[in-house]
Amino acid sequence: MSKATLQPTLQRRPLVKQLLKDANDDLLVIAGLGSSNWDITEAGDRPLNMPLWGAMGAPVAMGLGLALAQPTKRVLVITGDGDMLMSLGSLATVATQQPENLAIVVLDNEKYGETGNQATHTSPRNNGPTESGAGADLSVIAKGCGIADAGIVREAGDVAQFVKDVRTKKGPIFRVVKVMVEKLEFVMPPQDGAHLKDRFRQALLGPER
Amino acid sequence: MNAQVVVDWREQIFDILQTHDIRQVYHVPDAGHARLIEACQKSNSIRTVPLTTEEEGVALAAGAWLGGQRSVLLMQSSGVGNTINLMGLTKTLRFPFLTLITMRGDWGEFNSWQYPMGQGTPKVLEAMGVLLYSVEQAAEVQPTVDAAARAAFNGGLAVAVLLRQKLIGIKNFGKK
Repeated sequence: MSKATLQPTLQRRPLVKQLLKDANDDLLVIAGLGSSNWDITEAGDRPLNMPLWGAMGAPVAMGLGLALAQPTKRVLVITGDGDMLMSLGSLATVATQQPENLAIVVLDNEKYGETGNQATHTSPRNNGPTESGAGADLSVIAKGCGIADAGIVREAGDVAQFVKDVRTKKGPIFRVVKVMVEKLEFVMPPQDGAHLKDRFRQALLGPER
Repeated sequence: MNAQVVVDWREQIFDILQTHDIRQVYHVPDAGHARLIEACQKSNSIRTVPLTTEEEGVALAAGAWLGGQRSVLLMQSSGVGNTINLMGLTKTLRFPFLTLITMRGDWGEFNSWQYPMGQGTPKVLEAMGVLLYSVEQAAEVQPTVDAAARAAFNGGLAVAVLLRQKLIGIKNFGKK
């Protein structure tokens, strides 16, 4: 396939908004630092969102701990390709537990957005002196780690099924969505980590916890 | 094993984990923790999660706490270095975190490669604001791990118990 046919056309913000549409108390969301954090916040800040401002490499393992603790709730981890590349082993750790309620979505723009859009390892090889990566396919890596239901989403026509799968299909499921590189407004949730944690626990577990 | 009159400190730790309602236990393979890990794996009330690297354990513990469950991370001193950036989560989120660490490079260590991280372990944990307890005598294991669990889950702190090499015994790979 030529590179031109692989240019992403999907935009992360409308996609995440659709993914979180009508989120109720049964949907627990963890977002990785940077763009994914701003994305879920633009879709609507809520107590059962845990947007990370740091802790790169943590979201998948954090989602696993939460999914094991709350097996009747749907746990959704949304993060970027750079964050996912930092913790590939956590996909194998997820696979040891096979949590049926865990979905992992990687918004893959092939760039480190927070530091100036440098190429990540998911960028193509031989893409010039500053833009080359390894062509790493995170969905193949996830499958190889033992998450059987892993795939990649590129087309607008596939988004409806993607949203349905992420919200309802038996997990663990892993989806890479190839998204455009965009310059977007920062939409920030509260930053205080203890506050984010406390409001999440109160919404989930009740005031006495 | 059942015929043993004296209760082994590893079994005492398992009992303490149950007393404190620990529901998730994260581990890497470890000779020092091996019996405790096996006891947890056989338990009906504890979910054990093997890790590819120790830092996953800190993130898992944060997620478990968000979901209302208590956890513990079992690791070796060499793994402490792998956790340091994510150990910051215990401060930013202010959640209870308990880790039990078997020491290497500490007392009579045979493998020179274990000394740098073993000697650095208390200092880097202190630098990250983790409350440290240290045990060298078998009789002190039970009360110390219990106190550490209370500090973590009642005090809302990040707490580590260093199980010193003097307690665990020297691993010598057949050398004298």
